[in-house]
Amino acid sequence: MSAGVLSVRVLRVGESVSLRVRRRPVVVGFVLVAVALGLSVYSLGTGEFSIPPGTVVSALLGGSDPASAFIVRDLRLPRVLCAIFVGVALGLSGAVFQSLTRNPLGSPDIVGFPQGASVGALIVITMLSGSGLAVSLGAMCGGALTALAVYLLSFKRGGTSGYRLILIGIAISFLLVSVTDFLLARARIEDAQEATRWLLGSLNGRNWDDVRPLAISLLVFLPLAIPAGRALRALELGDDAAHALGLRVERSRLALIALAVGLVSVTTVAVGPIGFIALTAPQIARRITGTAGLPLVCSALMGAVLVLAADLAAQRLVPDRALPVGVMSGLFGGLYLAWLLSTEWRKGRRG
Amino acid sequence: MAKGTTRMSTAPLRAESVTLAYDARVVAEGLSVDIPEGGFTAIVGPNACGKSTLLRALVRMLKPRAGSVLLDGVEISSLPTKQVARRLGLLPQSSIAPDGITVVDLVARGRHPYQRLLRQWSREDERAVEEAMAATHIQELAPRLVDELSGGQRQRVWIAMALAQETPLLLLDEPITFLDIAHQVEIMDLCAKLHREGRTLVAVLHDLNHACRYATHLIAMRDGAVVAEGPPAEIVSAELVERVFGLKCLVVACPASGAPMVVPA
Repeated sequence: MSAGVLSVRVLRVGESVSLRVRRRPVVVGFVLVAVALGLSVYSLGTGEFSIPPGTVVSALLGGSDPASAFIVRDLRLPRVLCAIFVGVALGLSGAVFQSLTRNPLGSPDIVGFPQGASVGALIVITMLSGSGLAVSLGAMCGGALTALAVYLLSFKRGGTSGYRLILIGIAISFLLVSVTDFLLARARIEDAQEATRWLLGSLNGRNWDDVRPLAISLLVFLPLAIPAGRALRALELGDDAAHALGLRVERSRLALIALAVGLVSVTTVAVGPIGFIALTAPQIARRITGTAGLPLVCSALMGAVLVLAADLAAQRLVPDRALPVGVMSGLFGGLYLAWLLSTEWRKGRRG
Repeated sequence: MAKGTTRMSTAPLRAESVTLAYDARVVAEGLSVDIPEGGFTAIVGPNACGKSTLLRALVRMLKPRAGSVLLDGVEISSLPTKQVARRLGLLPQSSIAPDGITVVDLVARGRHPYQRLLRQWSREDERAVEEAMAATHIQELAPRLVDELSGGQRQRVWIAMALAQETPLLLLDEPITFLDIAHQVEIMDLCAKLHREGRTLVAVLHDLNHACRYATHLIAMRDGAVVAEGPPAEIVSAELVERVFGLKCLVVACPASGAPMVVPA
């Protein structure tokens, strides 16, 4: 370790390996992991049947009575893991999107991805009477097509600008919201009910079959965050500066959008649209870590903490009535968005 | 005007009869320029004459529709972009400092072309950043936030970032346009110093008098074509200024430097 001109520590192994290590984000990262673990243990131990934290931990490690082991490992753990994975994916996706658009509003929520996914899912539910996997596929296609449309529409003269991406995304979202309403209005009542349940995004009744595809997708996507972080550090400085630094700007941007959209798609397929996590997690993480630009790892961890907390609140706040997590995250997120718009943008910055 | 397209050129950077266009709008056709080795070249001309467009082509941000841009005699678009980034630096017209970034962190971003996944901060990087900050006299600003700096200081930080890239060629797109006169002179003095230290500089400038005073080579453009090029003392005349800018003026010797000075008539 050595501290030189940079305000960071540098970890050196010979001359060929040198890693920059910032203390605060590392500390924050560990704290977030601890909070996520605490929330998980609490979530696993409470509910209709209470289990003390010690027993929860031993059940997780494989040494407790069969009843507790069954409740913790088979009934509750999949839900908690889903919450963590979905949170990680959303937090990371949001950080990539917001860095890319250089705008705290540039999250998949705002630029139309979930709205597109909703329309896709609704078409499958109400017009094709599909369910399960078909709905997920419909949602993924809807989201991906929307992202593609937004990207192509905002592409002009050899490049896309963050602003254009957001404005076109907002326009497309509104369009899609009316399509959603139209589909709901003309649907049979049972289909509309099923659709509404999907639209709210829920972690209720998740089992290991839901966890596995999520885990596998994250294994594929997460390593890509490392080169993504490098490209983003150059792109943050503006397209011209990034270009001067030797980055293939448009190619990198397309790859980053694909990564961000991929991450959101995975979560949408698993649990439906959970709003506002991608919007809030990166900004909160940045404020806590005090980094320039959005910290990818801490944003992902913050996403996990937020989804865990929102899901806990959704399950416990109203007795006898488990709300969908999407309601809770929407409530938190809406308040946050109002705060963001009124404080950040009042400064009259470039936005 | 003779453009020297026939003689063997030692120019490290040159455009050979390039056609530059945005979509349907053609900005320049058959444009050729040589950037002389070790010179301080200023590209001047009225608004929308294509000077910034030429610069964008020279740094491979705009692909010519026809013709070629050669870096050390090799077609620039055929070179790996990271390799180009070690030869040719650019100070863009506008860059964005991420919120809450410190001066030293921003300068350090200039090392991007040299860094890899496991090689994020070599001793070379450290030395280059220190030298870049020393050259631009911003060492004392190192821990400050870029947001808090004055316009002139901020421009020096961006120049330091470009210097940290350690390129023998440095291109500056209107480096002083948004600065007050004292900061303009400060930045131009800095450019002159960087030039004296051995770098080849190219700057798009709006102020003809700054260009005459500091540059060793002038490229005067109008309507996407080069009207004249050469050392300012040899080519700047009232006739040229009228031809390029459509401005009637007197050209006198600058009382401070002796360089040609344009005084509107």
